[in-house]
Amino acid sequence: MSDNGVLMPRRREAHPDAYYPDYKTSVTRAPSLPLLSMEATPSEETGPRFGHGLIGALDNDLIRNYATGEGLAIGERIRVHGRVLDETGRPVPETLVEIWQANAGGRYRHVKDSYFAPLDPNFGGCGRTLTDAEGRYEFMTIRPGAYPWPNRANDWRPMHIHFSIFGHAFGQRLISQMYFEGDPLIERCPIAATIRDRSQLDRLVAPLDMQNSRGMDYLAYRFDIVLRGRRQTMFENKPEGM
Amino acid sequence: MAQTLDVLTETPSQTAGPYVHIGCIPSFAGLEGVYPEDLGTSPISDGAKGEIVTITGSVYDGTGWALRDAMIESWQADAAGRFPGQEDADPNVSGFCRFAADKESGEFTLRTVKPGPTKGRNGLVFAPHIALWIVARGINTGLQTRIYFEDEDNSADPLLARIEQRPRVETLIAKKTSAGAYRYDIRLQGTGETVFLDL
Ligand SMILES: [Fe+2]
Repeated sequence: MSDNGVLMPRRREAHPDAYYPDYKTSVTRAPSLPLLSMEATPSEETGPRFGHGLIGALDNDLIRNYATGEGLAIGERIRVHGRVLDETGRPVPETLVEIWQANAGGRYRHVKDSYFAPLDPNFGGCGRTLTDAEGRYEFMTIRPGAYPWPNRANDWRPMHIHFSIFGHAFGQRLISQMYFEGDPLIERCPIAATIRDRSQLDRLVAPLDMQNSRGMDYLAYRFDIVLRGRRQTMFENKPEGM
Repeated sequence: MAQTLDVLTETPSQTAGPYVHIGCIPSFAGLEGVYPEDLGTSPISDGAKGEIVTITGSVYDGTGWALRDAMIESWQADAAGRFPGQEDADPNVSGFCRFAADKESGEFTLRTVKPGPTKGRNGLVFAPHIALWIVARGINTGLQTRIYFEDEDNSADPLLARIEQRPRVETLIAKKTSAGAYRYDIRLQGTGETVFLDL
């Protein structure tokens, strides 16, 4: 991938609404004034890079990376895999992908999570990896449970895995969530509904991928991610707007 | 019908949620033992050139309440205005930091070197600044903004010049409180709302 060229502007309509009353916390945390839009500058077009030295052998295996001894995390064993591309379709190699999730009972290992589903002593809930030269990544984990959350009186989050992706530029920075094909709670979730464009929400729903599943071992889910791309042109020597 | 464009669309954002710390700074969440240490604990290491500065602040919601669950990332150039990875950049400046609002007070602190002015395309020069990206429960797409410094010459900065309502420029400028110390608050909504960026 070329790291030259101006970052394409973010298509804000492809992203959630900042203010979405059914997601109550957004009401007081959404900016009320318009964003200041301009062409990206070096602060957005450069960004932190992380090397293989950062990544431990079990960092992308959430079934084992917090387990003690021969222990394994409890839950339905899954492999989550996909590619990170940019808007031009080029792979984004060697970029950091971090995930975090609840355990099979829907409980997070976090000081602020007080849901009474039990913690799993062998499950921490975070993982990370670098994409390869073709932008591919994979994790082994367990399918997270759905969980209730304080919003409206009976709101439940669909099963989901949180994703954080860096790309090669700070302006590509993205956090999102992966949902699971067929989960009826997606339709009922006010957080999922913050995305107005239904085809965009569908892009967060990972299909079951039987061909990449392994018999007597794990099911696979495929989740591809697209980051902002860079405009490739021979005409970049004029100031913006001239 | 016209030809079909082959440009893809960016994956949509979703809120980082209340447990973002588990994935990004697990030891802050009380989750130890998966990684040797959290990523981005400091943007500098010993020997970084330039003035060490400490920036303290809070992220306030529309009611004036300081968020206890925000996570912020910063990215910046070194004291000479070179970004990590660029030629002659200071090897002791990683430029990247992750920090969180305190669970009790909501206050955050960033300790770093003050960056130098940076050069953009077409001869543009940006006053010293630190780029920020703020995520939290209730923030559906990470918010971009910048820290500028009140004791630098910001008069010709091309981004600040684009802010029509001039008093709003102040929302991006850290105020000096003592030698090497600055205050910089982020207001998500309402009176004194921070200028958030789309670039
Ligand atoms: Fe979650």
